[in-house]
Amino acid sequence: MGVLTIGAFPSLVGSGTLDFSFKLAEAAMAKGHKVNFWLSGNAVMMAKKGQRAFKDYSHLEKKMMELIGKGIEITVCEACAEARGYHKEDTPAGMKRASMDWYLAKCFKSDRVLHIGGE
Amino acid sequence: MGAIKLCFVVQRPPYKSENARLALTHSISSQTAEIHLEDGETVVPTLIFVGDGVLNAVKNQQAMKLYGVTSTESHIKNGLLIDMPVWVCKEDMERLGLKEDQMIADAEDMGAELKTKFVSFAEIQKEMEACPHLFFF
Repeated sequence: MGVLTIGAFPSLVGSGTLDFSFKLAEAAMAKGHKVNFWLSGNAVMMAKKGQRAFKDYSHLEKKMMELIGKGIEITVCEACAEARGYHKEDTPAGMKRASMDWYLAKCFKSDRVLHIGGE
Repeated sequence: MGAIKLCFVVQRPPYKSENARLALTHSISSQTAEIHLEDGETVVPTLIFVGDGVLNAVKNQQAMKLYGVTSTESHIKNGLLIDMPVWVCKEDMERLGLKEDQMIADAEDMGAELKTKFVSFAEIQKEMEACPHLFFF
């Protein structure tokens, strides 16, 4: 099985692109692939725990926690998060915070990289 | 072991969105990626501006004065300072009426030796084909 690194940059609410990114990760993991997931730009909205689920909005925290439980390595851009007021204590359990070099290093060790850009 | 080439392709203009800035900061972070890698492993970035993205490379930006933020110009110069190749598409410059003397050609004021390359899209295409991983911003 391969190693897939996904770099996701779109916001949680506003487009369906981040939803797509998580569904893609889930599908790859279901096929037995190892998935690294980088959240940067507006996608760092995922770095705030306790998001309330409304049926009118995308809600990915539950999905993300399921994937973390299955072994996805998910890391948020620390600078992008801090710039938006998402601090270490806000970070959901199992999510790491790192500098952008984490993403590039994971790309080095990946069979495929999917860079999913922001708005 | 070994090196992997990464192409950061910037298609969008500066300041209107965060995309170009993220391309610059991510590509510059290649300098420290080795802390996550084994000995002898490295990533080698090329920063490429195409389409409206060539506007990022216009010189004499006043971002700090007008917006209170660092300019993409300073980021590009930092890229040159760390010897990261910076390429700008000549055809897109022509389309936007930009001449080379209006662009960031070097970072000599910061002590960088590397200079910006103004290249055809055919050369950019060739470079992208040589990179296993592409990042479009």
